[in-house]
Order: sequence, then structure tokens, then C-alpha cells
Amino acid sequence: MTPAAETGSSVVDLRGISKSFPGVKANDDISFDVRAGEVHSLLGENGAGKSTLMGILSGIQTPDSGQISVDGKPVRIDSPRKALDLGIGTVYQHSTLIPALSVLENLMLGDSGKLRLDAASARTRLEEFGTILGVEVDPEARAADLALGRQQQVEIIKALWRGSRLLILDEPTSMLTPQAVAELYTVLGRLKSEGLATIFITHKLHEAVSLGDRISVLRRGRMVGTLDAEAVASTPPAELEEIVIEMMFGGAAESLTDAAELRVKVEEAEPAEVRQRPDHAVGEPLLELIGASAPGAGTDPGVEDVDLVLHEGEVLGVAGVDGNGQRALAEAIGGQRRLRAGEIRLFGAPIGRLNVMKREKLGLHYLTDDRIGEGIVGGLSISLNLFLKRIGQPPYWRYGSVRKRAIDERAEELCKQFDVRAPGVETRAGTLSGGNMQKVLLARELSFGAKVVVFHKPTYGLDLKTTLAVREMIRQLRDGKAALVISTDLDELLEVSDRILVLSRGRIVGEAEPGPGAAERIGGMMIGDVSLSLAGAEEAA
Amino acid sequence: MSTVPGNELLTEVEVPSRAGARSGALGKALDTTIRSLVPVLLALVAGGLLLVILGHDPFAFYSSVWEHGAQGKAWQESAKRMAPLLLIAVGLIVAFRANIWNLGYNGQFLLSAAVISGLAPSLVNDLPLGLAFLIMFVVAGLVGAIWTIVPALLKAFYETNEIITTLMMSFIGVGLAQILIKGPFQDPSVNIAQTKVLELNKMLPHIPGTKVHIGVLVALAAAVVVYLVISRTAFGLKIDVLGANPRAARHVGIQVKQLVITSFFFSGALIGLAAAADILGVWGYIRANWNPAYGDTVIPFVFLARLNPLVVIPFIAFFAVLSTGGTLATQEVGLPTDFLLVLVALILLFMTVIEFLGRRRSLGQSYLPNGLRAALRLPGAKKREQEAAG
Repeated sequence: MTPAAETGSSVVDLRGISKSFPGVKANDDISFDVRAGEVHSLLGENGAGKSTLMGILSGIQTPDSGQISVDGKPVRIDSPRKALDLGIGTVYQHSTLIPALSVLENLMLGDSGKLRLDAASARTRLEEFGTILGVEVDPEARAADLALGRQQQVEIIKALWRGSRLLILDEPTSMLTPQAVAELYTVLGRLKSEGLATIFITHKLHEAVSLGDRISVLRRGRMVGTLDAEAVASTPPAELEEIVIEMMFGGAAESLTDAAELRVKVEEAEPAEVRQRPDHAVGEPLLELIGASAPGAGTDPGVEDVDLVLHEGEVLGVAGVDGNGQRALAEAIGGQRRLRAGEIRLFGAPIGRLNVMKREKLGLHYLTDDRIGEGIVGGLSISLNLFLKRIGQPPYWRYGSVRKRAIDERAEELCKQFDVRAPGVETRAGTLSGGNMQKVLLARELSFGAKVVVFHKPTYGLDLKTTLAVREMIRQLRDGKAALVISTDLDELLEVSDRILVLSRGRIVGEAEPGPGAAERIGGMMIGDVSLSLAGAEEAA
Repeated sequence: MSTVPGNELLTEVEVPSRAGARSGALGKALDTTIRSLVPVLLALVAGGLLLVILGHDPFAFYSSVWEHGAQGKAWQESAKRMAPLLLIAVGLIVAFRANIWNLGYNGQFLLSAAVISGLAPSLVNDLPLGLAFLIMFVVAGLVGAIWTIVPALLKAFYETNEIITTLMMSFIGVGLAQILIKGPFQDPSVNIAQTKVLELNKMLPHIPGTKVHIGVLVALAAAVVVYLVISRTAFGLKIDVLGANPRAARHVGIQVKQLVITSFFFSGALIGLAAAADILGVWGYIRANWNPAYGDTVIPFVFLARLNPLVVIPFIAFFAVLSTGGTLATQEVGLPTDFLLVLVALILLFMTVIEFLGRRRSLGQSYLPNGLRAALRLPGAKKREQEAAG
């Protein structure tokens, strides 16, 4: 790491940055700076302009106007390489490590400009970083074998490898266990004391508040404001969160829907543990898995001997670190994967032999986590995408022929009901934003006689507004229906679920009810006996 | 979501229309038309240059093609040539739309042709003519369809790459056809390896007032039917979903295995019909060394028509004229008939160039279905995606 600039001086300073795309002003006269030895939290919804701003800093995009200075000297960042040369390192939300390569090889990729790779000095350098960050990484371990938290540590080292002074973290906690988050906090603390400047992008209010020395809020491409270090330090967290909510969603509610959202947002700002959940009667078992085992596919593991009961009026959460059998569980219930052993019952009747369409007709719907990969067909219209699970069924197909008008009319109703924003139902689904795509899928899975809905990572990658809307839809299923929510976001499960099962290595390893201390208990169960990240977690605790 | 960091914003707004792309439905249709025609025109121009280099007059050559392929009564020859070409094209469209690459058309075609040539002489004598033709069309369809079963099952159950399996089955099919012609179907009265020649009055009847056999009508009807099935029915939509996103097909509960087998079946069946139309309408017998390889020349036009069974008709008509007229025209000026294949190859070449430029400048719709386009990585595509994002 290069010697840090004097603490408190601006490492990077943006003045009047504007960037337009056809039809939208993504960044509008934004000024922003990061100082050495501070964590600067950046909040804002999707589309608020964070990604563009970070893109500009990391050299992926160039601003239309405005001035960027590094260490007080004006610079032009016109390529990612230039950004790295200037000491700006970025850690993206998704891993950019090459799974088949070792940690050391991944890191040395950054040196690929040189003719000869110097493994020995790279090893020494990795050790140095390990000491600074307080983590121990095996240089020979394959990236694919590392736990997600550990992978992220490698990503951070990779971002700092060429001597960065500014580290940009894009939603770093979204995939981590509570223990791994604690570890990340420690790492960031150490980097801070080394004089590194950090930009911390997040959707999660409490993280922004607890980690940030300063907090900035973007909204619709404009900088709403920055809370300076003094204000952040002197205000109690709860009050701070309310100020930030005010900044994000703004003054008086602009419309009725906004008002409703604001109410939910304040609710969300409260820690999940202390919120009272309304008592409600839990009814008959609707969905039962008895000793169910389903095979894995490729690198994604199967599930073994799963017992679970989902009652009417219940929201049952399934927590777990990604890649512990979530997909196998969801697909086995949805009908995309046959059980190898055990039984699955819907309304008391075995459905193990029924295919997806038959389960759909019975009211068992599955909302996939892979929107683009398997949820929608990008080249087809929104209308057709809404009806993909009922191709050929009356009244939308009659005498083997499609009734386009019936489909379009119903599609228009659904788009209205689920607030899908698109020029029309004829719009190709592939051109929609992630949030609108998810709404199309929700419309498909929550309508047409849905009774039991399996949600797989229902809010993954969505902005706060859509996230809250989706969670509200899940909660509404308590009304005579039932939901199984499989998610890697523990906060989300604590918020929506009545009970939470914990999935680890393809098995249900425990159950908890949301309440004080639940997050820690569940986090412990999630990791189970995998000791890989436990050592670090203990240290962090 | 997307793999390129920072283009999250792009998906937030409607995909921006880029410079060079026309807006509106009419403009888009115009773009598409231009994009379909330009490779053909460029190929004719380049072919003309080639003729100049070879010391011929390109204008004379092309007008000779037109004269022998379309003028006077020559169009009837071209129309007859259209029948097998169009049926094969439509058969390929059924498979290609499902993202199934049935490249075994030569084997499917020749095997059907051999079986029909072998059966026809006795069937037309033993049965009423109409019934005999009906039976032979059904048999030809079945033979073509059956020859897809091995690749279909391998693809459906083991996800074996059908490009390889259909090609291999094609070679086996061609070989088997030769065995049939030289063995059981050999005409004992001649010394050449060929089947018995059908009497002229026992061939497919002509459309009144012309010398065009009714197989052409069968082909046109097949194109219309396939178009309606694809655009109107549940089966057609399922094929399109499977072709565009096989994982989505599985997710929404389409019986992918069944659908793969059915698409293969219909594809092979249509190619089999092509053989029946050609043998019963034009040739009346088959020789062991005969292999017109219709499918090879049809493929570029299938893509130029963007897998649309109606749009493919004019393209096939064009090629039929080029092929019948061109055969005579090349003989006239002393060129090998392979010069026509050079023209087809030039069309393919210019299609590739325009596909490449089209991606960069948003020139209308791609020739390729989404499934295939995603599988291909054009050089520099990633960089342009990034530019598009930024």
C-alpha cells in the first residue's frame, strides 16, 4: 500500500459531475469527496445515480462535464486501467475472481502487464496485506473453494493490490452471513486506520449509519446532501436513520403511494427484533416435505432429508449461505426437479409425480431467483411472459389458437395491479429494469389462483422501493394463503417470516423464530460446523 | 443481472435508440427489409466483378440467368425447383426456431427420396393414383422424421449436441440410400445404379395450364400452415420459448424433452416431403450418385428470412430462378455451374459482414435467432456492450 495521504485531506474530489443517457440525467451536477482515513457511506435507490458515479470513478464511464481531482490535481479517468493507476480500486457486488485459479494467481492477474509473473514477491505482498487486514488467506486455495466472506477479502486485497488509496465497495454485505459482515467491519476499521479512503455503497440504512464517518445521499441523479463527520458522530443512530430516510425519500410525501411507502420505511428503520408482529391464526398444513432429498446439479448441491411443514396463513423463511441447497429445494417444490427420496404433499395429497404445470394449476407457484436466466423470455412481450406458465390453457387459448386480445387485456390489468412500468404490454420483457421484471414475475406467480408461493431470493438486486413492495406482497399471503421464502438475506427473513428454518449443506439444521438474538443464533447455524470462516468471526466478535 | 459493472442504469431506462436506427414500426420494417436485401445485392455485384475478372460480361450473364430462369415458360422450371427447396426451408425453420440445429437434411432428404423412388413404380400401378401419392407423401414424411429420432432422443435425454449427431446421421442416411438404390430398389433392366423410372403419366399431376406439378402447391401450403402454427398456436409459442431461452422453458413447465423430439420430427417430416415432391414431380427415379444438397443452399435464405416461413418464399423463388437460369447461363458462357455456389457463398459472406456492422449500428434485426446470437461472441462485442452502457 502506498503511504497514505495525511488524514483528513481529500483523496478524490468530484466537482459538478454530470452524465446523461438518452432519456435520463443519471448524474446532475454532483459534488462529492472522500478523505484519507474515512469511510464515506453513499446511499440511494437504484437509478439514483450511484452506479454511474462509481462507474465514472472507476473509469468505466466518462462524465459529460465536471472535474475530478486526485490529491488536488485535476485528472481524466478514461479507462479502468487509468483508475487503477490513480489508486482507485473497486470491489463489485458480485465476485470477479476466477473460480478455477488460486488466490495468488487471481491477484497476480493484476500484474499481467508485466512480462514475467513474480510469484515469490506476490506471496510476500499477500502476507503483508494479510497482516494489515488481520486476515489469513491461503495463497494456494482455489477461489471457488473459499467462503463468500473470504472471497470478498481476496477481492479487497485485489482492489488494493496495485497500491490503491481509494477503495469503492459496492453493496459488500448483501451476500454475507452476520459473522462475515462483522469480519468485514473489522477489515474496514483496519484499513481506515491505515489512512485508506473508502466509499461504501449500500441499501441498508443501519450499515450506512454504523459504518460511515460521513453519509451522502443521492436521489434521482442529484446529491441531496452530505452529513458531515461531526453530525454523524454526535447524533444517536436512531435519529440519524430518520434524517437519512428523510433525505432519501424526501420532505412531504409526494403522493398517496409515497406516503404509504414512507410509513413502511420508518417501520423498516426499526430493528427487526423489537417490532411487534400481529398475532394471527395459523391454519392447516398446506405444503409438507417429508424426508425429501433432491439431487444437485453441477456445482450447486442437492438437499438431503428435508422435513418442513408450511401452514395456511404462514410465512416460512429458509435461511442459509448461498449455495447450500437453496436451488435444489426450490426447484424440488416447484416441480423442476424430481425427488430422489421422500415425499412432497400439497393440501395433504402427494404431488411428487406432478410436473410444473400441474402444480401450477393446483396453486403451487414458484418465483425463481434467476429472473433473466429462466424467469422471463427477453424477446417476447410482457403479455406473453405473463402467460408463459399457462400456454395453451383456456380462456386464453381456444381451439388451439391464441386469443391475443384476451391475453393483452388481462396483461394490462396485471400490469396496473402490480405497478409494472412499461410503455405497454407489447414491450419486450428484456428491455425492462430489474425491478419491473420482478414485478412481471410477481404478477405471474401471485395471480392465477396462487395458494402456496415459493419465493427464491425475492428481492435480490432490487432497489429499496421495490424491495419493500415485494415484502408487503409476501406478508399479504398470510391472508389465507402461505409463502415459503428462501433467501440469503437474513434481515429480510427476520422481517417477513413467522418461523425461520436454517439450511446448511443441503440439510435443515435448525429452526428459530424472529426475536431478540435470532440473527446471531441463525448466523451460527448457517455456518454450522464449517470452521473456515469461524476463526475470523470469533476474532471479529 | 448484468456482468458489466455500471450498466445497471441502462436497464433502468428503455434501451436507448442508437444513432442509425430508425424508430417506429414502419421504419423498423424498412430497416429489416433493407438488411435482408443488401447481402443479396452485394453478392450479385461482387459476383459480377468476379465475372469481369474471368473475362465475361456480367450484364449479359445476369440477363441470361433471367431469360432462362423466369422469362417465357422458363418460370415453370423455377417453380418446380421451388417445391423441394421451400419444403426443406420450412422444415429447417421449425427446428431452428426451437434452437435445434438439424443439419442432417441431406440424409433425411436422400433416404426419403430413395424409399419413394423404390416404392413408386409398383404403388402407382397397384393403387389408384391419388391414393398412391397420398401414401407416398406420408411415407416420405415418416422416413424423414424417423431419421431424426436418434439425434432427437440423444438431445432430449442426454443433451448431446445435435449438430454433430445430425451430421453423422446424415452421412449414414446418404450411405443407406445408396445401398437401397443399388440393392432392393435397383432397376434390373439397366446397368447403372438407379431405380426404375416412373412413367410420365404416373407422375404428380400438373397445375392446369402449366407444366408445374402440384408439389409446388403442397410446399406453399406447408409454408402457410407452419406460419399459422408458429404464430397462432400454443405449440408454436412453446417452440419459440424453447428456442429463445431453454431454461425458461423448463421453468415454466414446458415438456422440453417432448418438444425437442416433436420439433425434430416435424422438421424431418417436412424435409421428407420435399423428397417426395421432387421425385414424384420432377425426376421419377433416383440414381445412386445423385445428391442435389438442396439444404446447403437453402440455409442462407432461411436466415435472410429470419426464420419466417412466409418471408422465406420470395427468397426461395429468387434462388430457384438463379439456380435454373444460372445452370443454363453458366453452360452458355462456359463457366462451371459451381459458380452459382460462389454466389450463395458471397451472400453468406455479406450476411456475416452486415450482421457484424448491424450490431454496431443497430441496423434492424439480426438474422440470427436470440438463442444462437447469445451463443456466438462476435469479435469486440463485449467492448461495444460497454460502450453502449457508457
